[in-house]
Amino acid sequence: MAGGVDRPILVVSDVEVVYADVILALRGVSLEVPEGAIVALLGANGAGKTTLLRAISGLMRVHGGEVRRGSVTFAGQDALRLGPVKTVRAGMAQVMEGRRIFAGLTVDENLRSGAFTRKDKKAVAADYERILELFPRLAERRKSAAGYLSGGEQQMVAIGRALMAAPKLLLLDEPSLGLAPRIVEQIRDIIVAINAGGTSVLLVEQNATMALSIARLGYVLENGAVVKQGTGAELLADADIQEFYLGTGEAGRASFRGLKEQYRAARTGSVS
Amino acid sequence: MKRDDMVLTAVGVVILGILVYLAFDGPQKFFTLFAAGVALGAVYALVCLGFVVIYRATGIVNFAQVGMVVFGAFVTYNAVNTWGWNYWLSMLFAAAVLAVIGIGFERFALRRMTGKPVFSIILLTIGLYLLLQSLIGAIWTNAKDTIPNPWIGKTVSIGSVNVLQVDVVTMILGAVVLAAFFVLFRYTKVGLGMRATAIDQEAALAQGISVPAIVALSWAIAGVVAVIAGTMLGSNATPKVGLGLGIAAVALQALPAMVIGGLDSPVGAVVGGLIVGVSYEMAVGYQTQYIPSLGSNGFADVLPYLLMVLVLLIRPSGLFGAREVQRV
Ligand SMILES: Nc1ncnc2c1ncn2[C@@H]1O[C@H](COP(=O)(O)OP(=O)(O)OP(=O)(O)O)[C@@H](O)[C@H]1O
Ligand SMILES: [Mg+2]
Repeated sequence: MAGGVDRPILVVSDVEVVYADVILALRGVSLEVPEGAIVALLGANGAGKTTLLRAISGLMRVHGGEVRRGSVTFAGQDALRLGPVKTVRAGMAQVMEGRRIFAGLTVDENLRSGAFTRKDKKAVAADYERILELFPRLAERRKSAAGYLSGGEQQMVAIGRALMAAPKLLLLDEPSLGLAPRIVEQIRDIIVAINAGGTSVLLVEQNATMALSIARLGYVLENGAVVKQGTGAELLADADIQEFYLGTGEAGRASFRGLKEQYRAARTGSVS
Repeated sequence: MKRDDMVLTAVGVVILGILVYLAFDGPQKFFTLFAAGVALGAVYALVCLGFVVIYRATGIVNFAQVGMVVFGAFVTYNAVNTWGWNYWLSMLFAAAVLAVIGIGFERFALRRMTGKPVFSIILLTIGLYLLLQSLIGAIWTNAKDTIPNPWIGKTVSIGSVNVLQVDVVTMILGAVVLAAFFVLFRYTKVGLGMRATAIDQEAALAQGISVPAIVALSWAIAGVVAVIAGTMLGSNATPKVGLGLGIAAVALQALPAMVIGGLDSPVGAVVGGLIVGVSYEMAVGYQTQYIPSLGSNGFADVLPYLLMVLVLLIRPSGLFGAREVQRV
């Protein structure tokens, strides 16, 4: 990492999040997204993946949650102080879990809403054309209410809407959820294409195969803490990941708790 | 076509038939009443629009809206009558005052209630209504019945029909303001932000849409339309609408208009307003002629509520209320 080649665009450091003053959802999470990279964030249901994205994008307060400790630095700025609107303006966009498109608005209006913070009309118009090229299906359905589109098309609206912000960093929360394998492949290719255009990506997924196949780095979250991290290739080859996420091991899906202990042991072992 | 659409169409055809019959039976009387009804309907439309923008942005049914209408009328009255200002300038001033009051209500009262039960929030808006009413009682102890205006008692003849000049002004002003709102709402970026916020606040925030700013704007719009509605009501010299309680009584009729149109639809606000305005004036004009058994005049006050119940029975979300956009 010497020479600043891998200067991270996002640095999450020791973040602790509490909901409703009592529910500890993140217990000191640290993570980095190098500029221009795709980083995968894996974890079972309830691990805290969405919570981490909320902490990064400033949507924590909407849910009665609070970042108690730690820091989030985005492109050199203290993201915890920016709040959701300025965060978008600073160049971060997110595709929320469950897509959350504006069902009653047209596809066109959904896309334009993504550019809400931008002033430069020419650049916005150019991005709009580019996004319709990326999603030809949306171009055809521009005038229909987004709520009438298929699940895959809605996910494309959600991604297109986020891209309309011209983000430096794109957060994606389980974009493959509930979609057929063929559509998941399409989404994966689109993420790769977006990244090739210079946008860094933090990709939350339960579909570990998909995520790790395109990620430079990956993190595994369990019970509000990072229990494993490594390059995409390392994690893909990791026996535990194979067992718990890829369904190729014997036990199939189970808890990661045991793994966490193992990980701790391995770390302390290497120190002493 | 769904069943409720068919029933509503049938009801609409019957009502239209009655109106056509009345129009042919005595065109002069009919069109005189109709013009007055459209003017009243324009006022209701403005009051309803105030309800609708706030409901859409925040989910709050704001009963203080009625108080804002009356208070707005009094601020205009004060500027015209006491300070001797120009009529239009006075209205503009009142609009600014009520916009600030609306934003203040949201910022210092309702925002603190986020997440509280709906019932407490409704009580708070009723409390704000009472606050405005008591302020009016304290400040303007012996106000005249009417806001002094250039059109008092004057009529204009369109063919053989005489229309109050105030009503003509009301119709034009109402049309202009409503059109301006729809342009803002449909064709501007801010309007897109308002519509997105109404659907999903968190998703709107995630696009960088400042939801607090949209909410403040909605309250300001509610204040402005309240002033226009109140001022037009207060400028109408007919005895049934004096200042104070008179305006409040009329403004309250906007509630059935709002429910008829649908709580969350600006188009519904206009249609509901016109339906209630016209049917009210028709009832005033024709009741003693066709159904004298109902007494001298009370029926006109009841009719909007009857229509409201009828619409609710057929379509609970109102004529234009959201039937959610979903794939089936
Ligand atoms: N608004 C909230 N209020 C209270 N607790 C919450 C809230 N949102 C999430 N939690 C809790 O925080 C923990 C982490 O939830 P989170 O949604 O971040 O998990 P996740 O990893 O995104 O799960 P999934 O894969 O199911 O989306 C869970 O225990 C959850 O119950
Ligand atoms: Mg989640």
